[in-house]
Amino acid sequence: MLESLSEKFRKILRDVRGQGTLSESNIQEALKEVRLALLEADVNFTVVKDFISSVREKAMGKDVLESLTPGQQFTKVVHDELTNLLGGEDAGLELKGRPAAIMLVGLQGSGKTTTTAKLALHLKKRGRNPYIVPADLFRLAAVLQLKKLASEVKIDCFDSEGMQNPPDICREALRVAGIKGYDIILVDTAGRLHIDSGLMDELKTLKDILRPSEILFVADSMTGQDAVNTAKGFDDVVGITGVVLTKFDGDARGGAALSMRVTTGKPIKFIGTGEKVDCIEVFHPSRLAGRILDMGDILTLVEKAQSTFDEKQAQELQQKIKKDTFTLEDFKNQLQQIKKLGSIESILSMIPGFSAMKQAKDVKIDEKELSRVEAIINSMTMEERTNPSILNASRRQRIARGSGTKVSDVNKLINQYQDMRKMMKKLKKAGPRGLKGLFQNRM
Amino acid sequence: MFKRLKAGFESLKAGLTRTHNAIMGSVESTLTGVSREVLLERLEESLISSDVGVRTSAEIVDRLRSVLAGWDNEKLKQHLKSYIYDILKVVEKPLEINKSPFVIMVLGVNGVGKTTTIGKLASRYSSEGKSVVLAAGDTFRAAAIEQLEGWGRRAGCPVIKQAHGGDPGAVAFDAMKAAVARRADVVILDTAGRLHTKVNLMEELKKVKKVVSREVPDAPHENLLVLDASTGQNALNQAKLFNEAVGVTGIALTKLDGTAKGGIIVAIAGELKIPIRFIGVGEGIDDLRDFDASDFVEALI
Repeated sequence: MLESLSEKFRKILRDVRGQGTLSESNIQEALKEVRLALLEADVNFTVVKDFISSVREKAMGKDVLESLTPGQQFTKVVHDELTNLLGGEDAGLELKGRPAAIMLVGLQGSGKTTTTAKLALHLKKRGRNPYIVPADLFRLAAVLQLKKLASEVKIDCFDSEGMQNPPDICREALRVAGIKGYDIILVDTAGRLHIDSGLMDELKTLKDILRPSEILFVADSMTGQDAVNTAKGFDDVVGITGVVLTKFDGDARGGAALSMRVTTGKPIKFIGTGEKVDCIEVFHPSRLAGRILDMGDILTLVEKAQSTFDEKQAQELQQKIKKDTFTLEDFKNQLQQIKKLGSIESILSMIPGFSAMKQAKDVKIDEKELSRVEAIINSMTMEERTNPSILNASRRQRIARGSGTKVSDVNKLINQYQDMRKMMKKLKKAGPRGLKGLFQNRM
Repeated sequence: MFKRLKAGFESLKAGLTRTHNAIMGSVESTLTGVSREVLLERLEESLISSDVGVRTSAEIVDRLRSVLAGWDNEKLKQHLKSYIYDILKVVEKPLEINKSPFVIMVLGVNGVGKTTTIGKLASRYSSEGKSVVLAAGDTFRAAAIEQLEGWGRRAGCPVIKQAHGGDPGAVAFDAMKAAVARRADVVILDTAGRLHTKVNLMEELKKVKKVVSREVPDAPHENLLVLDASTGQNALNQAKLFNEAVGVTGIALTKLDGTAKGGIIVAIAGELKIPIRFIGVGEGIDDLRDFDASDFVEALI
């Protein structure tokens, strides 16, 4: 994600850092590259112009030119300006009233329906009691799609069977929500063009009925130069309160994120990071700026891990490591927890410098590896899992057949497991202080 | 017939009006009292902000610079038109149904309008008297199968499907068998939307393609990549990676009726030279048209 842009920035900044001192001419040169990088990333033309001129002004200042580390100073200026551009502070949802209404609006195919379900799940996880309302009667099977998604995440969905128009649906849904005590209703609307005045009027009507505390504009992060016009078009007619950027897990360079924020002045609140219903993240401007500059995003990773890992299981695991009773079964549980975090690639991309490493070494991540390992362990008997030393050749052959792998794969896994046990023993012996030495050896 | 063509051109032109204004409007309004360089710079800016891309825009402007002595508004317009036409002419190759069954596999990232494009194609071929079979290969997205079935009903053609969550390869297999048995003229295979960067999902696509070609020799005859006209430079990456995975033989550009500039098509034509088969200019069932370079340029500039 955003890789190409961070790639470019890193190269530019490396070049600048290489010069012991910064001069006006090499700053010009670097800025030209920054401009090109941003334009190729689909950042809106006028936004790029403003950005460049404000970076230039700051970079030409004494603080940068006369500092001992001008390259780093320049990086800092670009980073700060980028964060600025993305909107300094995190912006959460502001939900007022009971039920508080959230309307999702946007162009066709931007991902409103999926986002509605994702957002509902996000709110449910935070202890709210959301109600999903499908009001897209235009696209074939859109209502059915949302119903299915709702039942997948076990959230109640308004039944609009037989209703002919979105305003009726909204009125009725509000009434039902009031009676049944839902505290948030999320309304999915049909995709429309902001220049289609008939359909935009309908949105206004829905807004009058729902009096929503949030109107979220759902936008595809791969959108080109027109992103600002559409966002502004919707904002002018219904007044959006924020933006949700979808399909952020591709290689889109995220130019839309930069420009929409600037032209509408409305914050980006969430990003969609995958096809599964739990792939939605709160948008953190400063972290994204860091990600563009490839400074990694450890904070997001830690948060994700915290919400996914089971505290109790973690403690049990610690005990097991202490007592040296870590079995293959535990190993499998660990793998399953890691899988819950998302794809390996998305986890790794949050680690600083990873995209550079990936480029340099041409690392291909095999997402299937985890499933393969799981299959191998699943093909073992409980006894074999707890006591792998009994795994003789014929047992290994059977396991390979059962899991559809080769004996060499089974051997590899068992070797890895033995190595892991050795590591754990060392860890235990060395205590917390020995940890550093251990990792230095490994590096 | 002629009237219908004319109407088509009008709606394309209406769809692209804003693009037209974007490219020529800013240039024309500032024509007086500026130097040639400033004029060309503004033109380059307008091209970039129509998603033509930095590189292609620079090329076009460089060519203009080399031939343009004075700054005659009409001449500038003519040259600009002819350059863009040159780029687009190369990729103006309508899809010919020349085998039976003719298998079209439809690809693209999420939300570009694959299923809708299939629906429109199905009704077009049916109305031409061809027998069409649709295959619900998007087994991932909730209700994608039902959406395709809706289109099948409208166009009056059968939809081959399996359960939600099933194997798309198996759907492809069934569809090919059914098409051969029924002597269908055209089979259109839907696939789940996938981001081009997801290695596993691209592998799945290769597998589906393999199944298709095992059942019907030389099939799929067309790997149609659907692109959203409002996509920016990322569309180039999409085209490249889908092409690397399964080989893209044609492009359908959808949603040209918005304010999206559609300039990306110039960049794709210039850099990748993949034939552009169809453009979508509205939500109506016959708003999917053959791509015509000169119409497109006329509407654009």
